[in-house]
Amino acid sequence: MLPRAAWSLVLRKGGGGRRGMHSSEGTTHGGGKMSPYTNCYAQRYYPMPEEPFCTELNAEQQALKEKEKGSWTQLTHAEKVALYRLQFNETFAEMNRRSNEWKTVMGCVFFFIGFAALVIWWQRVYVFPPKPITLTDEWKAQQLQRMLDMKVNPVQGLASRWDYEKKQWKK
Amino acid sequence: MAPEVLPKPRMRGLLARRLRNHMAVAFMLSLGVAALYKFRVADQRKKAYADFYRNYDVMKDFEEMRKAGIFQSVK
Repeated sequence: MLPRAAWSLVLRKGGGGRRGMHSSEGTTHGGGKMSPYTNCYAQRYYPMPEEPFCTELNAEQQALKEKEKGSWTQLTHAEKVALYRLQFNETFAEMNRRSNEWKTVMGCVFFFIGFAALVIWWQRVYVFPPKPITLTDEWKAQQLQRMLDMKVNPVQGLASRWDYEKKQWKK
Repeated sequence: MAPEVLPKPRMRGLLARRLRNHMAVAFMLSLGVAALYKFRVADQRKKAYADFYRNYDVMKDFEEMRKAGIFQSVK
């Protein structure tokens, strides 16, 4: 449960708005016109922002805000939904929706891994010096023969897999 | 709200329930892993060593190694 929450948080960071920089001044351009919607959306880790989502209210929305000051049992369902939409950008269900971003991410990861593999292959052909003598096949064969003669790890390891009568690996 | 009333969800004891479930699972898993290790690794290893040393002849082994030519002190 917990790792899934963290992982989906990482996925959703691309989706919602960013906190902080613009929220207090509200993106004033040269003309000094406030945008009616903030940039600072509520997120799972920031569920109750200071500013409501929609700050510029027309007449009926202001009337609704006045009605909100009274008893909430007087509000109809549609009015409650409208008030929620004024305060918040998305519902929790909308904010927490899944996305297909992981496919893009995994695709790019595999692409770059493949590219790195091609680069390393080219290096193997054109850049690397010849192998040291101890890594050549002849030397390694002689080394293995000496290890078998010494009976290295005769109980469960190397020499236990070698058939000394038939001079071959045990089946 | 919707016409029908949803049942009230669990409000308390969520962490306790999670801990209890995870504790049970962890206990079972540890027991299982320990049992598997004991039977498949530890007991097998003991048996392998016992079998090896039951009919082990040191001098014969030494003679084979000497003939293979790996020693510096005896040829």
